[in-house]
Amino acid sequence: MGILKSSHILAEVLFHSGYDVKKAEVHGMSQRGGSVTSDIRFGQKIFSPMIPDAEVDFLLVLAPEELELHRPALRPGGVLINARSFDAIALPNRKSLNIAMLGTLSHYLDIPVETWQQTIRGCFPPKLHAINLESFSTGRNLLNRGAHEQ
Amino acid sequence: MADRQLLSGNEAVALGALHAGCARGTGYPGTPSTEILEYYDAIGGHAAWAPNEKVAAEVALGVAFAGARAMVTMKHVGLNVASDVLFTSAYSGVQGALVFVVADDPGLASSQDEQDTRRYGIAAGVPVIEPADSQESYDYARLAFTVSARWKTPVILRMTTRVSHTTAIVQPSELIEVPASPHFVRDIPGRVMIPGHARIKHKALRAKLAEIQAWCESEGPNVLLPGSSDTGLVSSGVASMHAREACPEAAMLKLGMTYPLPFKLILNFLRDKSRRFVIEENDPFLVEQIRAAGGDVPWNPEPYRMGELTVDRVRRILRGDTTPESPPQKGRPPRLCNACPHGYVFEILKKHDCIVSGDIGCYTLAALPPLSAMDSQICMGASIGIGLGLRQVLPEAEARRVVSVIGDSTFMHSGLTGVAEMVFNPPPTGHVLIVLDNLTTAMTGQQEHPATGRRLDHTPTTRIMIEEVVRAMGIRNVTVLDPVRQTAELETTLLKALKTNELTVIVGRQPCLLAAGRIRSYEQKG
Repeated sequence: MGILKSSHILAEVLFHSGYDVKKAEVHGMSQRGGSVTSDIRFGQKIFSPMIPDAEVDFLLVLAPEELELHRPALRPGGVLINARSFDAIALPNRKSLNIAMLGTLSHYLDIPVETWQQTIRGCFPPKLHAINLESFSTGRNLLNRGAHEQ
Repeated sequence: MADRQLLSGNEAVALGALHAGCARGTGYPGTPSTEILEYYDAIGGHAAWAPNEKVAAEVALGVAFAGARAMVTMKHVGLNVASDVLFTSAYSGVQGALVFVVADDPGLASSQDEQDTRRYGIAAGVPVIEPADSQESYDYARLAFTVSARWKTPVILRMTTRVSHTTAIVQPSELIEVPASPHFVRDIPGRVMIPGHARIKHKALRAKLAEIQAWCESEGPNVLLPGSSDTGLVSSGVASMHAREACPEAAMLKLGMTYPLPFKLILNFLRDKSRRFVIEENDPFLVEQIRAAGGDVPWNPEPYRMGELTVDRVRRILRGDTTPESPPQKGRPPRLCNACPHGYVFEILKKHDCIVSGDIGCYTLAALPPLSAMDSQICMGASIGIGLGLRQVLPEAEARRVVSVIGDSTFMHSGLTGVAEMVFNPPPTGHVLIVLDNLTTAMTGQQEHPATGRRLDHTPTTRIMIEEVVRAMGIRNVTVLDPVRQTAELETTLLKALKTNELTVIVGRQPCLLAAGRIRSYEQKG
């Protein structure tokens, strides 16, 4: 589902923007078809790598069938970015949905778009740059279409 | 000095080992430890998978006897296999340095138990160092080599899932100069652990530990964080991170070395605190020792001993809250991949109501619905011994339904001695062993093993053929079949074998679906 790839890119972007950052993932048995989640925290100084219950500011759900399971993690007023919002959106490749969702997230974070673009380029081979940068841009502009939940 | 970078705890250990002059890394794959050796290889370290953790530790000890620095990596249960090496190498000590990197799995993300490696430190008399994040994984990997080299002792670097698999910022430091190149120094009384030598070494070990404890009191990796309240927390590892977030106003003594403990430092810290807590994950390891040393710290409520700690759980401990916790979110459970070759075998075993003595690997997922086709799984290699034990005493009709099932990597790890037992003490009804050979260590992420014919870096080496090994050990009925294309033949062979009183090994060989492409590309290169 591309969770590990997109959370890697996000952590790199935050790191290059000068934040302290921690990204916690579960590997192993759960990757045999089970749910895969990644917690990312950033700020001046991060202690615990895991986000406490109901304290998530931004929840990205790549597998829509998992939405209800993870919705309680979101804090009141937190932002939900759901893969389902992209059902009717043309992407250059559905495999780049995770990058499109990062594009939507980028709208909320005070990080220059160039940092995102540069990091995305660094995380894919050159032949995939155009597809992923276009998906990122589509996702970043999604809010103008009013197609997300909050 | 290299730039700051984002590294997982496992990657940070590998980099720390490289910068500490580690000459060889050995190990056996196991979540959450696997990436340490893979990354160590990727950044230029000499790394190799061994058939199992015991052999890996023995190779590492040999490297350390030769005066070089060695690291051996494993998951917590791997140390059970390697513990024979640990206990007596604590007596012999080392010439260079030897670090056991052992990754615990609190919360059982991918393990069969929740054991606490720190107890091995006390049991064997081996120092235990515990990092809390990636930076400390780097720094403490280096420290572990320094302590090992200074006191000529093995050292345990205890990781946990959240330290191993959390990515965070690491600032590397200067390379450690390792003086001597390896050479053999004869030391028969020091390394031949016959009783007369070992009695002397036992005393020497205790004296060494007393010295290390004194060092830990004054110069050890212990951090005193002042607080604004009268609450004092003693903590270590990732638990200390949860605790700092849950109670930033508390003073904290964060211990980097948890065996031997700096008791003077701890008791002194606790003295003027009116509220005292020990925040630790897994067993009450620190609580027990601090209480035994006269420290007035409370036991934490029993439920918090099970599963991972979190910021929320630390908050509950601090307010003495033992009300039932909301059950953890349950996502999709793991399952065998669609069309996994293992699935074909378990469909047959289920159809004929076999009693399946299983083992450790992806195929353990066959125990879950809808297959529900595995009846026991305990530890690496146990499928064979347990299957034989069942056959020895069950009534004949039931004994004939018992089948042992083991994967290829697990077979090379601990299955060979099981086959020796099968030939040595065959049950009256004989026995049937199925080796599910998917040509890789699938569960941990497709690592090589002695029966793939490739080393850790996927370059070719001699391949051990499982069917040849079991034939040489005395099994007469050995069949190799493709469970996907020869499913009917597999079923016939199995049913025939179950009716005889003979010993049968069926090797079901078909590459793991996830690994097949990579295996083809290695073979083309090889």
